Amino acid sequence: MHLDHADTDIYPQRHTYSSAADPRRPDGTRRALRIGLGGPVGSGKTATVAALCRALRDELSIAVVTNDIYTREDAEFLLRNAVLPATRITAVETGACPHTAIRDDISANLEAIEDLEDAVGPQGGLDIVFVESGGDNLTATFSKGLVDAQIFVIDVAGGDDIPRKGGPGVTTADLLVVNKTDLAPYVGSDLDRMARDARAQRGDLPVAFTSLVAENGVKPVVDWVRDRLAAWSAAHA
Amino acid sequence: MPTMPEPTVPAARAALLVLADGRFPAGGHAHSGGAEAAVKAGRIRDAGSLEEFCRGRLHTAGLTAAGLAAAAAAGLDPLVLDEAADARTPAPALRATARRLGRQMMRTARATWPGPELDALAAARPRGAHQPVVLGLAVRAAGASPTDAAHIAAYESVSGPATAAVRLLSLNPFDATAVLARLVPELDQVAARAAEAARRALDEGPDALPAASAPLLDITAETHAAWPVRLFAS
Repeated sequence: MHLDHADTDIYPQRHTYSSAADPRRPDGTRRALRIGLGGPVGSGKTATVAALCRALRDELSIAVVTNDIYTREDAEFLLRNAVLPATRITAVETGACPHTAIRDDISANLEAIEDLEDAVGPQGGLDIVFVESGGDNLTATFSKGLVDAQIFVIDVAGGDDIPRKGGPGVTTADLLVVNKTDLAPYVGSDLDRMARDARAQRGDLPVAFTSLVAENGVKPVVDWVRDRLAAWSAAHA
Repeated sequence: MPTMPEPTVPAARAALLVLADGRFPAGGHAHSGGAEAAVKAGRIRDAGSLEEFCRGRLHTAGLTAAGLAAAAAAGLDPLVLDEAADARTPAPALRATARRLGRQMMRTARATWPGPELDALAAARPRGAHQPVVLGLAVRAAGASPTDAAHIAAYESVSGPATAAVRLLSLNPFDATAVLARLVPELDQVAARAAEAARRALDEGPDALPAASAPLLDITAETHAAWPVRLFAS
């Protein structure tokens, strides 16, 4: 009785109000580029986010949404390290299922992003929002309704067979980061083999090898983020 | 030859299934309905104590939510109902939770059954109206009945804690689902009571709606909100 053709005319888009499908905010301004970071526990997602913020915060307006498994640990790490002001970091609680909050039910994350955009709007708006998943398994990927692009972070100490094993994170992420390359000699990981296996799984999709303890070790990821932002800005000028 | 009577299928009955599905993406998965605090305090330890917890929540918070949802589905002014929900929710932590979940429900409802009534409530309460009110309005937009809305709200009041107990206690999932099955007769009773109250509220106003409360759930919700480490948002 309520859903007829007239309704479809009045509501042509069943959009979800700030879903990633819509590049504009309700006031018509371009919204921030949203980049998701996922990957197993301990691979260095939060450290990568922190390093990205430090590298980019002087030239870009950035905010971060964390999805912790238990409450605010990752958000508090970012606050303690003072990579961004507290008003630009929001923690989403995930009920023990971080992959649900980034893939199956993205409503809490969309609201956190909306609130950050509203809060920073008067200061000139946001260029980038990083959405960090809680540490999860190799199948955890972000919904396209939530982010524009996703980075999957693994590390050499988690086993150099992870790229060969594949899974949606390794295979489909827009950027695969293999972190902690400085540890490779100590844990017997073969970086060449990881690169070969990643290429076999991912085809032309890029892979970045990083060591965040090295000076400017996050640079390959920073360069990739800059390229994505340039493409996003050009597409929605 | 005698003719069989036409089976009477309520309007848009299957919308009930969509809205009550635990995978309906409106934020419920991150909330335990007070179960996390009850597990920590030792009040939920096994299937038996989970059943007692769920029964208590169903007849208090569940009944109240079901009345509000049925009234919204029946066409009572959602802003009046939102105030009535505040009056029935003394704990600030639970008000915040209800509005947060209401905002998430609103987003999903506007994507699934868009309509002017949902748009109007979203504009009037951009930070979120109480979840049962939004749920009732979503049921109305879907073309289902006030009784359906009451059933969904009543079921949500016990399905959330049951799912959370499986995660928190590693409870056998078959046992947790059997708890829900044993509560079915009471779920039907609570939904019927709530729907009847909503019918009266059309004439008498929101004071006719149930206002059952659970003081222990109110108190533990406040302390749970202050825990530094927890798995669930509420």
